[in-house]
Amino acid sequence: MTHLIYFSSVSGNTARFVEKLGVPAERIPLFPSDEPLHARDPFVLVLPTYGGGEGRGAVPKQVIRFLNDEGNRSLIRGVIATGNTNFGEGYCLAGDIVADKCRVPLLYRVEVFGTPDDVSAVQDGLDQFWTQQSTTSR
Amino acid sequence: MTVTDPAHATGKAIPLIQAVQAINWNRIQDDKDVEVWNRLVNNFWLPEKIPLSNDVQSWNTLTPAEQQLTMRVFTGLTLLDTIQGTVGAISLIPDAITSHEEAVYTNIAFMESVHAKSYSSIFSTLASTPEIDDAFRWSTENVNLQKKAQIVLDYYTGDDPLKRKVASTLLESFLFYSGFYLPMYWSSRAKLTNTADMIRLIIRDEAVHGYYIGYKFQKGLEGASDERRQEIKDYTFNLLFELYDNEVQYTQDLYDGVGLTEDVKKFLHYNANKALMNLGYEPMFPKDVTDVNPAILSALSPNADENHDFFSGSGSSYVIGKAETTEDEDWDF
Repeated sequence: MTHLIYFSSVSGNTARFVEKLGVPAERIPLFPSDEPLHARDPFVLVLPTYGGGEGRGAVPKQVIRFLNDEGNRSLIRGVIATGNTNFGEGYCLAGDIVADKCRVPLLYRVEVFGTPDDVSAVQDGLDQFWTQQSTTSR
Repeated sequence: MTVTDPAHATGKAIPLIQAVQAINWNRIQDDKDVEVWNRLVNNFWLPEKIPLSNDVQSWNTLTPAEQQLTMRVFTGLTLLDTIQGTVGAISLIPDAITSHEEAVYTNIAFMESVHAKSYSSIFSTLASTPEIDDAFRWSTENVNLQKKAQIVLDYYTGDDPLKRKVASTLLESFLFYSGFYLPMYWSSRAKLTNTADMIRLIIRDEAVHGYYIGYKFQKGLEGASDERRQEIKDYTFNLLFELYDNEVQYTQDLYDGVGLTEDVKKFLHYNANKALMNLGYEPMFPKDVTDVNPAILSALSPNADENHDFFSGSGSSYVIGKAETTEDEDWDF
């Protein structure tokens, strides 16, 4: 069963995309004072890319904090990134960075909050991916 | 609508802000203001840093018609950047919800003036004075270009803050792209590559501007009644259609001669969708009219290639990417 963990800033584009997918999802909290999220099951991470600045700061701090927790990190299986091609080489860079650091595949890139075609591609993709995961890992 | 009547634009004054408080960056009401301010500052650049003169040889390989097209496209972009720097971004200041938002608009306004000036750097590097003057004359005489300037200016001088933000976002995220197409096209053919590097910096800035103004628009809409929301939504789509119709004619004017009109239109649809999304609306153009030429897309973003994705590429050929240049000190592993 697909399980998502996502981060979305107050502008809410990533949250909106995740809602459209209609699968169980938990949100990484926005503020350092909030109770940190601890993953309990394998998950796919959905995160936005903060553009510009030659790639520094592309991954939201909240996501870095979440992944610095080894328990959380051990359960990540894949990444989906949102972004904007206007950022050139920085397009969805946060997805590349997390995929590289956690040694998991970058599954898909979405612009802003995604078109209806993105939603169905990701829904289908996640179903297949999760089926593969459960047959290969256990 | 008559389009080139100068009294039309100057008939209404843009309101200035009525009262000013000393801005305190140590007390933040909306974190987005600081985040975007920092992004804009980190992205700051000047045209003098781009070695445009390396494009002279390449410029000379273009036919006279291609050179003229390029000059015209860039004067069109200059006009839009001038509007946005001198009127558009400034007109948003009185409606700002926070004082930090006001400061962000001043940053946006200045950067638009940098963009406008950067086209002049291209011109002085590549073209002669009579060619430059010709292109600027064209920009004042082209009906569709003047019309798009007029439509947007009318809303900037109007009295509805949300409508101003819609017009501004459509300018930042949609109206530029009939122009941006051409340097991406040249770049995909290994022509004017330094110029294209500069345009990519402009494109990146416009993305932050469109995102931020669109976000503030959505904040402004939060407390609105259903009727008001419907009014604004209808207005947005009507304005988009009006601008789109004009944009198609503008595109035909420019690109019919080189046979690129249909390709440019796909780029317009693709960007219109993103402009709508910046405003929080669902994308309108379906997949079969937004399939931008892959060469243009990869000139825009080398990562936009579908094969980079696990789901959409053939899974077997997928390799985990390497993103080495981007260490952030916050990582613990």
